Amino acid sequence: MDRQFDVVVVGGGPAGLAAALEARKQSPEASIVILERDRALGGILQQCIHNGFGLHFFGEELTGPEYVDRFIRRLEGTGIEVWLDTMVLEIGGGREVVCVSAERGLVSIQAGAVVLAMGCRERPRGALGIPGTRPAGVYTAGTAQRLTNIDGYLPGKRVVILGSGDIGLIMARRMTWEGAKVELVAEIMPYSSGLKRNIVQCLEDNGIPLLFNHTVTRVHGRERVEGVTISEVDPATRLPLRGSAQFVPCDTLLLSVGLIPENELSKGAGVEIDLVTGGAIVDERRQTSVPGIFACGNVLHVHDLVDNVSVEAMIAGTAAAQYARHGGGCGAQRAVSTGRGVRYVVPQRISAGAEGKLDMYFRVDNVYRGETLEVLCGEEIVFSRKKAVMTPGEMEKITIDLNKVRGDLTVRLAGESQEVRRHGKA
Amino acid sequence: MEKRELTCIVCPVGCRVTVEIEGEEMRVSGNQCKRGEAYCRQEVSCPVRTVTSLVAVSGSEHPLCPVKTSRAIPRAKIAEVLAILRTMRVKAPVAIGDILVANIAGTGADLVATDSRAARVETAAE
Repeated sequence: MDRQFDVVVVGGGPAGLAAALEARKQSPEASIVILERDRALGGILQQCIHNGFGLHFFGEELTGPEYVDRFIRRLEGTGIEVWLDTMVLEIGGGREVVCVSAERGLVSIQAGAVVLAMGCRERPRGALGIPGTRPAGVYTAGTAQRLTNIDGYLPGKRVVILGSGDIGLIMARRMTWEGAKVELVAEIMPYSSGLKRNIVQCLEDNGIPLLFNHTVTRVHGRERVEGVTISEVDPATRLPLRGSAQFVPCDTLLLSVGLIPENELSKGAGVEIDLVTGGAIVDERRQTSVPGIFACGNVLHVHDLVDNVSVEAMIAGTAAAQYARHGGGCGAQRAVSTGRGVRYVVPQRISAGAEGKLDMYFRVDNVYRGETLEVLCGEEIVFSRKKAVMTPGEMEKITIDLNKVRGDLTVRLAGESQEVRRHGKA
Repeated sequence: MEKRELTCIVCPVGCRVTVEIEGEEMRVSGNQCKRGEAYCRQEVSCPVRTVTSLVAVSGSEHPLCPVKTSRAIPRAKIAEVLAILRTMRVKAPVAIGDILVANIAGTGADLVATDSRAARVETAAE
């Protein structure tokens, strides 16, 4: 079966929902469809039953399901089609979106514009190479969260958590509250990528130790996890220190060791990927290197706050609706590069016609205190601000006035190194 | 004199704050802002938290419904609230915003459903 839609949104989580709604606002006549592989809208927020969402976007503290419910309610009467239980198999460079579902079978959609909003997935055990046996009881934190909060199964009774990402911290509290004993959280880095609030309210409140510069060096047990070996690491090399190994009995190991944008479809469509973010290289409208294909949310770069996902998705949704109606190419572009201390910046490019205020989002590569953040245009410093503290776990934002600044930009920390890394073409 | 050390969570700076308590008097040091001082005073005198968890549902294809306390409750009351949640069971339909228990554990906060996943009654359910 063949269909046509002006805007096709791949993914019905917070990014896809905000993008579709904003596309509708921009273009009341456009035909819009959200393709979602789950049986319900909402994405990962369905299982994030804790609160802390929406402080910036709605000015109040909501749980995950409440946050996403606000968007789902707004769909009513918009004419936006929602196809659930629908898996996108392929996106062609000419924006043919091939999807399949039990209800509709195999459908090929010709899209005026595509918004990629597939989110991310968790780094699994296989990506870490932890030695030891392969027993049951090793889960990513998000899988444990789904089992606990959606399916109603507690994954274990005595838990060790590797990695201090936010999902791991949240699960430490969740499992404690459900009656499990969380022995400790081991973090290989000398700092946590999780929010301070979560360290205090999830770990300290429940007396759970957080060991920095520690990692799991062996998994024990045949059928089920019987324990793990924890070792201290050298902060410089991150290799285990001899003689520091200790055995910790447990029946469950949770992994909270990073998220990877899910870009198989994007790559298939020929979208150029930023090797640092793992997501597409985009311009200020969140248009990828393939005209008419846009990206937003965790598929573009991993966010720590969903509020920022919603804002980003609105930009992509607006741009997709405009593209579907008026077309337009990538045009001549300016590059945004990273310098000292800055791991990545989104957007990585600025289109030739861009004007007005531009918000740039970025992450630093270490914990920095009392450093000055600056933006260069050529040799000229066009933005400078002293920051009390910056950490890799908290995304930073700066705003530049494009009417005043013309040319390529570099975001960096002021200081010695003049090394500049470029992304994509200038 | 009692001395408490805590991490301020008001902003990403995460000041290490010391609170010295002498009778009714509280001395806060190490913080860099007023908001931090207010947070630390509250945290030392009566720490409060919003509880989010699940309750069992019957008559729905979903076995659980997410819930929260309508506002932050004293940390000392969390265990009591969790104990109530563990033993209670509600009947579908349950929709987002429904008050499931008023004034739970005498905290003044209500227990509120935070999702509509159990809003549909599953007639075939056993």
